[in-house]
Amino acid sequence: MSEQKANRFGFAINRSRAINYDTSDRKVREYVTLREPSFRLCFACGGCTAACTTGQHASFNLRRMNTYIRRGEIDNLREEVTRCMLCGKCLLVCPRGVNTRNVVAVTAEALRKLDRNEL
Amino acid sequence: MSSEIFIWPFNLGLYFILIYSVVRSTIWFRSLSRADKLRLQRGFFGMPFMQSIREIFMESLLHRRIFKKNPVLGYMHMSLAFGWFLLIVFGTIEADFFGEKHLNPPSHAIFFRWFNPEHGASGLASVFTQWMDFLLAFILSGLLLAIIKRFIPGMMGMKKTTKHTWTDRIALTSLWLIFPSRLLAESFTCGVHGSGGFLTGNLGAALASFLPAADMAPWFWWLYSLSLGTFFFLLPVTRYFHIPVELLLIFMRNSGITTADRWSAYSEVQTHACSSCGICISVCQMSRAAGINDMQSAYFIKGLRNERDIAAITANCLMCGRCDEVCPVGIELGPLRLIERRQGERPATRLKFIDRYGLTRRREQIEREPTQSYSYLVPEEEQQADVLFFAGCMTHLTPSVIVAMKKIMDSAGVRYRFMDEQGGVCCGRPLMLAGRDREARELINHNSDIIWKSGAKTLVTSCPICYKVFRESYYLEAQVMHHSEFINLLIEEGSLRLGYLHRRVVYHDPCDLGRGSGIYDEPRAVISYVAELQPVPEERSMSLCCGGSLGNLTLSSEKRALIAADAAGTLTRSAPDELITACPLCKKTFAQATETRVSDIAELVAVALPKPVRRTRSRSLANTVKVVADGL
Ligand code: SF4
Ligand code: SF4
Ligand code: SF4
Ligand code: SF4
Repeated sequence: MSEQKANRFGFAINRSRAINYDTSDRKVREYVTLREPSFRLCFACGGCTAACTTGQHASFNLRRMNTYIRRGEIDNLREEVTRCMLCGKCLLVCPRGVNTRNVVAVTAEALRKLDRNEL
Repeated sequence: MSSEIFIWPFNLGLYFILIYSVVRSTIWFRSLSRADKLRLQRGFFGMPFMQSIREIFMESLLHRRIFKKNPVLGYMHMSLAFGWFLLIVFGTIEADFFGEKHLNPPSHAIFFRWFNPEHGASGLASVFTQWMDFLLAFILSGLLLAIIKRFIPGMMGMKKTTKHTWTDRIALTSLWLIFPSRLLAESFTCGVHGSGGFLTGNLGAALASFLPAADMAPWFWWLYSLSLGTFFFLLPVTRYFHIPVELLLIFMRNSGITTADRWSAYSEVQTHACSSCGICISVCQMSRAAGINDMQSAYFIKGLRNERDIAAITANCLMCGRCDEVCPVGIELGPLRLIERRQGERPATRLKFIDRYGLTRRREQIEREPTQSYSYLVPEEEQQADVLFFAGCMTHLTPSVIVAMKKIMDSAGVRYRFMDEQGGVCCGRPLMLAGRDREARELINHNSDIIWKSGAKTLVTSCPICYKVFRESYYLEAQVMHHSEFINLLIEEGSLRLGYLHRRVVYHDPCDLGRGSGIYDEPRAVISYVAELQPVPEERSMSLCCGGSLGNLTLSSEKRALIAADAAGTLTRSAPDELITACPLCKKTFAQATETRVSDIAELVAVALPKPVRRTRSRSLANTVKVVADGL
């Protein structure tokens, strides 16, 4: 219950940590930006996360997922991307017109390609 | 008779296409499922057979459906198909009657005039000659239209025609040459012998007056035979293969075979039965409002047929179903696109020429790897209810619809449980539209479990997307109702008392409720009960898509806005007070595209409810808050 409360607006305080951009994997980000250019428009407002259907049942946060893609945090991404139900609520609330559902779909595709060494 | 060698291109072409058709049909038949095979066998010896014959006559020959859409286009197809059919039938009769012997080979009927140049001087024979000339003129008039259409497509009321491959072009040229060369061949022969009807006789006499008709005639008979032969030989590799395949499709469909959800021989027959007529292109809002001209069903089907990489085309479709509605061949375009979406990313291998056009081709079935998993969902506690109300994800973004539904149900005294009040789980249809049926099943199971356990008799939903999937893909004992149906029921049984609003309103049929589920009358009955309902230009089965569709994963928000503006513009042309819809997604999409007030049918009805009686102060305060919330 307390976790649900903390997650009510999709925001929770993250632990601080350092990101090493030299070692991060950019392949997924490049693939996603190529296939869904609107991904670049996201300004991390969190509207999608606040509206999210999945967020009410599990720890899932589209805004966080977008950040993982940008930072190339592949392992975190792998877990995150499987939870979305593609319901489309985020699409309707996004103020920047990001095609959010396709970001999820393309990310999943990118990860599969990564595993097959096709990326 | 060495001059008769000219019949051989025709003969070879004819035998080739006959043998090819038989072999290909046999292969298709053998790869049908056992149940479909039985259907087809039963269909062949019963009523479906008669229905098929009738449909072939009405659609493949007379082209009634195209006629209804567009009389000029209909005439063009009819004159070519029905005219040619009659020419063959009467040509055969003529050859049988007036030829040297009965039961001639087909070439004797086709080249009858060459073998009987003097024929038709008097009596029945001359009547026949005039009739054959008339049929030829009939076909030529359609051909003229076809040529005009090729060069000025706008004339037939269609903005776009489909692109041709080079084999299509050669086949088209040979098809176009068949009848003019027959005309000239017959005319020259008639000119030499002074015979012929009103067309060939007069033209022949005129030509013979200044040309060496006797020398010219054989050349045109050769051309006639060659163009027929070429056409027959190329038939299997061009779009004209649709002519014989459509007959097979009609038999299969009337026997009760459907596309279902897997690639089958029936799917393959459908892709080959498409005539590339382009009617689906002209109704598609993606082209008319958003300027996207490469993903319409005609191109999708062509890509399937030619084994191209069509992943982008497959994904870029609203799944609105308008093209399904108009396709004159009756191809199940939506289901075919879903089958293709389920395949996932296809390995980029091209089939070799021989495989692509040969007889061995078999489309491989690739299973998409699962990408999503919802194992985090915990089953809910059992809670009994007679009526379950499922708002749906989208409706949670339009809280005023939920408030309106609560008011209506309270006012009618319905005892219900709000299934997803605390936020439910998606119905699964968005995943299915993306081709992820396996993942959707997880959500379907979760929701079904809640519904089964509740023992509900009725499941009411406010979202047409949920409605369609509840009805089609859930196994429920409860009767599934969209809220427009439910409100209509409440009005009919007298549990809802409503006032009359003096407003002029128009109604927009949501894709999944109208075309998708066939619910057209109930919403109209409800609206007419409380307000003045005006007609709109494209409604019911041809209603427009709002552009917000979840069926399209890749469409950008800019293009969606263009489609929404175009649709909203059409709907509000009569400047109504309010635009009513029955889908939260349509409401949201239209609200951003038009100045006209957009409401859900439930909101309209809630306004028509009698004003609540004031009771206590705190109660009325709560109502005020609610009213303010509604206004927001
Ligand atoms: S589509 Fe996915 S991310 Fe968007 S609201 Fe639905 S569950 Fe959340
Ligand atoms: S709502 Fe749109 S802009 Fe905001 S975080 Fe989500 S995707 Fe980014
Ligand atoms: S799919 Fe139907 S409407 Fe479209 S081109 Fe083919 S036959 Fe015509
Ligand atoms: S379903 Fe709609 S969007 Fe898709 S091709 Fe047909 S008409 Fe166009």
